[in-house]
Amino acid sequence: MDLHNLTAHEVGDLLRRREVSAVEVTEAMLERIEVVDGRVRAFLTRTAEQALEQARAVDAARARGEDPGILAGVPMALKDNLCTEGVRTTCASRMLAEWIPPYDATVVNRLKKAGAVILGKLNMDEFAMGSSTENSSFFPTRNPWDLERVPGGSSGGSVAAVAAGEAYYTLGSDTGGSIRQPASFCGVVGMKPTYGRVSRYGLVAFASSLDQIGPVTRDVTDCALVLGVIAGHDPLDSTSADVPVPDYRATLWPDIKGLKIGIPREYFGTGIEPEVENVVRRAINKLEELGAVCEETSLPHTEYALPAYYLVAPAEASSNLARYDGVGFGLRVPGRDIVEMYMNTRSQGFGPEVKRRIMLGTYALSSGYYDACYLKALKVRTLILKDFENAFTKYDVLATPTSPTVAFRLGEKAGDPLAMYLSDLCTIPINMAGLPAISLPCGFSQGLPVGLQLIGKAFDEATLLRVAYAFEQATEYHRRRPELGVA
Amino acid sequence: MPITTAEVEHVALLARLKLSPEEKAAYTEQLNAILEYMDKLNALDTTDVEPTAHVLPLRNVFREDVVRPGLPREKALAGAPAASEGQFKVPRVV
Amino acid sequence: MEYEAVIGLEVHVELKTNAKAFCSCTTAFGGEPNTHVCPVCLGLPGVLPVINRRVVEFGLKTALALNCQVASFCKFDRKNYYYPDLPKNYQISQYDLPLARGGYLTINVDGKERVIGITRVHMEEDAGKLIHVDSPDGGYSLVDYNRTGVPLLEIVSEPDLRSPAEARAYMEKLRTILQYLDVSDCKMEEGSLRCDANVSVRPRGSQTFGTKTEVKNLNSFRSLQRALEYEIERQIAILESGGRVEQATMAWDESRNVTYVMRTKEEAQDYRYFPDPDLVPLEIDAAWIERVRRELPELPDARCRRLIEDYGLPAYDAGVITSSRDLADYFDRVVALYPDAKTVSNWLMGDFLRLLNAADLEPRQSPVPPEELASLLQLQKDGTISGKIAKQVLEEMFASGKGARQIVEEKGLVQISDEAALTRIVEEVLAANPSVVEDYRNGKEKALGYLVGQVMKATKGKANPSLVNRLLKERL
Repeated sequence: MDLHNLTAHEVGDLLRRREVSAVEVTEAMLERIEVVDGRVRAFLTRTAEQALEQARAVDAARARGEDPGILAGVPMALKDNLCTEGVRTTCASRMLAEWIPPYDATVVNRLKKAGAVILGKLNMDEFAMGSSTENSSFFPTRNPWDLERVPGGSSGGSVAAVAAGEAYYTLGSDTGGSIRQPASFCGVVGMKPTYGRVSRYGLVAFASSLDQIGPVTRDVTDCALVLGVIAGHDPLDSTSADVPVPDYRATLWPDIKGLKIGIPREYFGTGIEPEVENVVRRAINKLEELGAVCEETSLPHTEYALPAYYLVAPAEASSNLARYDGVGFGLRVPGRDIVEMYMNTRSQGFGPEVKRRIMLGTYALSSGYYDACYLKALKVRTLILKDFENAFTKYDVLATPTSPTVAFRLGEKAGDPLAMYLSDLCTIPINMAGLPAISLPCGFSQGLPVGLQLIGKAFDEATLLRVAYAFEQATEYHRRRPELGVA
Repeated sequence: MPITTAEVEHVALLARLKLSPEEKAAYTEQLNAILEYMDKLNALDTTDVEPTAHVLPLRNVFREDVVRPGLPREKALAGAPAASEGQFKVPRVV
Repeated sequence: MEYEAVIGLEVHVELKTNAKAFCSCTTAFGGEPNTHVCPVCLGLPGVLPVINRRVVEFGLKTALALNCQVASFCKFDRKNYYYPDLPKNYQISQYDLPLARGGYLTINVDGKERVIGITRVHMEEDAGKLIHVDSPDGGYSLVDYNRTGVPLLEIVSEPDLRSPAEARAYMEKLRTILQYLDVSDCKMEEGSLRCDANVSVRPRGSQTFGTKTEVKNLNSFRSLQRALEYEIERQIAILESGGRVEQATMAWDESRNVTYVMRTKEEAQDYRYFPDPDLVPLEIDAAWIERVRRELPELPDARCRRLIEDYGLPAYDAGVITSSRDLADYFDRVVALYPDAKTVSNWLMGDFLRLLNAADLEPRQSPVPPEELASLLQLQKDGTISGKIAKQVLEEMFASGKGARQIVEEKGLVQISDEAALTRIVEEVLAANPSVVEDYRNGKEKALGYLVGQVMKATKGKANPSLVNRLLKERL
């Protein structure tokens, strides 16, 4: 049995029936990582010892007759911008290359309580800024479907690890599409929950009003299970909503008859690869076959989301990243005086894309430009939000491509920041509106995965999961695994 | 209204970034390209539109005034690039 | 030409909550460096702030006591600037939508009452503490984050103050109000009350403002007054010599008694304020405001009026007594037991405050509780002890903490009101001082005082003075 090809809930069932032990599964995963990660390069830090210890604890609990839950003992891994006590958390930046947090992120706490076995920390674009994981200060991660292509970003490591069978599930973070776009590129399920659904405490901030942590999984059932563990109110996060968390797995019911799905035409505009559009349209036809009522609609301010995002996100980032100054933690590059120390540290600690966004954001907030840049973008944000509010008076869910293209080649867009930014065209508006969205495998183009994005009403992840589950039950795309040249 | 190199230098100082001449030139060009793209926002009339700083309508989220233990000093200082006498050490300020 | 100063004050008040503004660390003063810190106030990657409810409550109390209009909707903003005492390199503050605006307080200088406008009251967090260490290689600085994140109120006045004395009176009045509200320790020496002053000068009678400078970090009433005096003189001297005042941020050098330029206008900071996305807005409804208003204590002005109206105290006495809530509370408790308010106020303003100040104590820390002061006054009133002895007893009470009656009994200080015993002493004194007696009889009234003094001396001050007077006069 190829343990690494299973889903989290399948492994969870084996563990519960005690057909395998958590230690066996963990060892198998560690071996799998040994075999494939040299090529995929998803991991920045591996915590094998800790993982085995966690696995032993779960086995011991089961031996005592306890039921620690379906995800207990199932090996997983974390994007390296989620703080882990005692384990370095680098954000793929030289700035934090040696930084060991003295605390756990709320999601990490929750996972540990659920018996998670944490294999390590995953590569990403530095400080989550990028769409290809090429902005990692350490090395790029490869797309398991084609090692010459990017896995997408910024949660490239989180997604590649799941696609390559190096973890049953992972957590990523999504500020402008950083879970969904790579999930689409690597043929896995990725969800950005509603803003406020999952605590951000311990997620190293990129853009605070947009960031949200979410699951990356092999199928929709796993997505529902993981979301159930990490979601819920956290008194340590002022923006965490005190909204009840349903039992997501119980809401997975492959019946979408009569469900109204809107297809916003702006998401099929210029820049979309014809074959990607075909695959996505066929997926929408499938939803119709399953009984959903699909109808073309319009979100007229869609084209303004990207420029507004690239003012709001860098502005927040410029302030969030001011703390990396060589004083309290992280890298310090000495200077003659304190200002020079700041400048040396920040110039050498940050990579080019991070510096570019800090520059852009500082400019957008600076005196004389605030109204024209930042305030204008916040107003446009209102218009984007209203578009969605209008659409959701008529539709239960909206369906779009996750990305206008399939995974591009390493280096292909590295020299052109604007071209790179455009690859998040379909995901950014959802962050601007704070809504939940899921990307799921819906077919292939040029042998590479294509993702279908479903967008839901605020806090209605359950409906998204139900539609995604219905589609998944009727298709086989989620079962395909990349070859990777190994068994 | 394109950004000048002088503005790039001013912004870099505000952000405490030291830019090489090549970086200055590159960022001037790239920021101009990006900001030119942002210009499309000006096509929208937003006179009567309220800004959205938070997407959630959350209000009055509080913590009670209760003291809880913080970090032991060794842990607080563990990540410091330089420390002395239980304090964070930096180049002399003023 | 005659000039007048235009002064506005920005006062920073550390609130005495238990925990910091945005995390659960203690606000306790002192403590070894970096022992009152956590990931949140250290600004570590990934942390988030959550506002302490009591910070808002204290802010509301203060705003209402200063007659402000409380905002129904306010938010927190980030003020971005780099300084090593600020771990995030931004300060959480309030910018365009502060907690409250448009209040006032009244001050009294040289018998003239003036109303000083309050522009705004907002909440923010304090920074850490830097110590500069000299060394041969240029030295270094050490940072202690214990104070980082302690809640502050910033109270900004209108430019309504016209002299250093008024500025000082404003600051003292503000402190009194804050003490009445019990929202701050108001200890300037510990930095829990600090002040920056905006100051300009203009020809008297002019309606336009001159160019202002901002003088930072005035950490005592004395330095506030002296720095303003110096800065006003400096600006006038510039104008007199035909120069122009440069807009600048100044600092006060306490040891050299001068202000000096920290930062000119050209170097003015660009703080890039924007709404803090990590904190959600506050909505303060009428019910909340009403609840806080009902819980407000009697404030100094009202209390002062009450002392004048209810007890007939002179305005001066009432002003001194109510300048400290503690003292006024003490006064009320003594008067409740010993209802001669003027006598109580005389004692409080005299020996009581002198002894307290000498021991550097607040009235509530007095070793003499109000009940004991009342019983001391009662002992004097009923003739058990003389006024002079009463003063001695009070000193003894302060020193030993013993009760008035106990001291009087232990030391045998009971007044001699035994007419026969006193008559004997009076006659001895008269016999011993024939020339003084002669002087008195020749119309030298003062001679009587000398004779009274001699009787008191002979009785170690215990003789009943009115009885001594009567007995002497009968025999002269």
